[in-house]
Amino acid sequence: MTLSASLSLQLGTLDLQADLEVEPGELLALLGPNGAGKSSLLRCLGGLEPIVAGRIVIDDLVVDEPSTDTFVEPENRPIGFVFQNYLLFENMTVLENVAYGLRARKTPKADARRTARQWIERVGLSEYADQRPRSLSGGQAQRAALARALATNPRVLLLDEPLAALDAGTRSSVRRDLRRHLATFDGMRVLVTHDPVDAYALADRVAILDAGRIVQVGTLAEVTAHPRSRYVADLVGVNLVNGVVADGVLTTEAGAHVVIADAQPGPSFAVIRPPSISLVREKVARSSARNTWVGTIAEVDRLGDRVRVGIEGQLPLTAEITAAALDVLQLQPGDEIHASVKATDIEVYPA
Amino acid sequence: MSRGRGSRVRLPAPVLGLAVVALLFFALPLIGLLWRAPWSNAWGYLTEGDARAALRLSLICSLWATLLSVVFGVPLAWLLARVEFPGRGAVRALCTLSMVLPPVVGGVALFFALGRRGLVGQYLDRWFDVRLPFTTAGVVVAQTFVAMPFLIITVEAALRQLDQRVEDASRTLGASPWYTFRRVTLPAIRPALVAGAVLAWARALGEFGATITFAGNFPGTTQTMPLAVYLALESNPEQAIVLALLLIAISFAVLVGLRDRWFGRSDRSSTTVLA
Repeated sequence: MTLSASLSLQLGTLDLQADLEVEPGELLALLGPNGAGKSSLLRCLGGLEPIVAGRIVIDDLVVDEPSTDTFVEPENRPIGFVFQNYLLFENMTVLENVAYGLRARKTPKADARRTARQWIERVGLSEYADQRPRSLSGGQAQRAALARALATNPRVLLLDEPLAALDAGTRSSVRRDLRRHLATFDGMRVLVTHDPVDAYALADRVAILDAGRIVQVGTLAEVTAHPRSRYVADLVGVNLVNGVVADGVLTTEAGAHVVIADAQPGPSFAVIRPPSISLVREKVARSSARNTWVGTIAEVDRLGDRVRVGIEGQLPLTAEITAAALDVLQLQPGDEIHASVKATDIEVYPA
Repeated sequence: MSRGRGSRVRLPAPVLGLAVVALLFFALPLIGLLWRAPWSNAWGYLTEGDARAALRLSLICSLWATLLSVVFGVPLAWLLARVEFPGRGAVRALCTLSMVLPPVVGGVALFFALGRRGLVGQYLDRWFDVRLPFTTAGVVVAQTFVAMPFLIITVEAALRQLDQRVEDASRTLGASPWYTFRRVTLPAIRPALVAGAVLAWARALGEFGATITFAGNFPGTTQTMPLAVYLALESNPEQAIVLALLLIAISFAVLVGLRDRWFGRSDRSSTTVLA
């Protein structure tokens, strides 16, 4: 009894290829930058977009499989969908919105209304039941949308950026409410977000989607401990180097060499933390640092008493130094700089 | 001549002059009618034999034409707005052709399609014993032919503006496309539907050319108000004036009533459709 999807989709310039599996009671967050294909993937699961190849299975029901010409229309899938802007029906009251799914499935009016009222009460909107959606605040509209999606008792709940439409001030309290309400649903849940805070607060596991590919799956702690994509590395704020290890040296595609301490040969990732990089103006003849790369300063960003220095070259890096060090070095964009790091400060793991 | 600091727009004199001429061009005919109108007998002219029959016929036929325009025009607008198919532009042009066609030409075309010897008309006659030309039903057909495009373009514009994700939301809640159309799409486009229907009705009410060509001019069966006005002009000009003023009053009321919906906020969408 799971949701499993293995799908590919061509949509404009987006080439989406993804495999994922969600267990009952689990919330999987699809996390990734804008344009990575997160929402498209969700729309495929919901049947709003047919896939080109692959297979989507909800429990034992194959809902989309082009090779066997199987496609279950969205209205016949056991799903609930919470959209980014909630998309409540403006011409209906909140009660009618929540009862809509049941009415569409031919539940008698009185029964549908009774069930809808229970859901409205559960999400704390009883006093708004007879009002139009436009009188609701963002957080209330989200709860109404959640109640509407859950009222039909779906097996899978799909949430597309449920917090993105809210302003920063209300987001954290709405997130807390959402977490509480989601906890009462024992089906499978897939949440799309570009905000790691949402993933951290709401998800059991995250899948990192980058340029149409799922590059990493795991708990958020696992994912951020060993980034496998530029996106996650940027999120955590570390340098991620991808290359092949041989004889204690990792060579990148661009041809840069990174000397590392004990590591298995083969394709690997190396993480270099910005504070472990030291910058010097002139090349030092001898140093305990096994690595020294020459590059050009691209940008200098002051963040309080720390400074992030972006370096371009064969191995692009971000270094972090103190403001005092910046004053001594007098770094300007365009300057040549030597960046060095000890081999033991570099963390390496297989790709 | 300037009115000093207070006036924000200073019109160049030639523009102002031409604009006033244009305005008079529209206002004078109306003033002329009002000036010659036999106000004391107006009610009598309206309720007199043929006029009353024409009024009644116009009302019945134009309402039928509006109903048919809605029943068939909304699905056609939906097709044009939502389904991409080759030659959609040409199909759209075809559906709105009768807006720009001389109505008499439309009437002639209808005659060759639905007349007793027409393409389809011969079978209507032979198999179903239905004859449309020179009947009240023919009036309805002629009026629908010229009126439906007004409904189509209005509703199509509204359907294009509608956020289709709302319909997606409906589908994910278990609603069939038909249920979605009835409960979500139709209520959302209702203002445009009303506006389109009223415009179509006004156009049907004023229909002359296609009607007289296709349905003829028989008092009681096919003689609608505009036909009666035309006929009365020779025999009874004062009656013609009263009937004309009534038609003008109705058209004017429609325009003023729809000012916001058609010429105001939805202005943008209607021009893009017409463009």
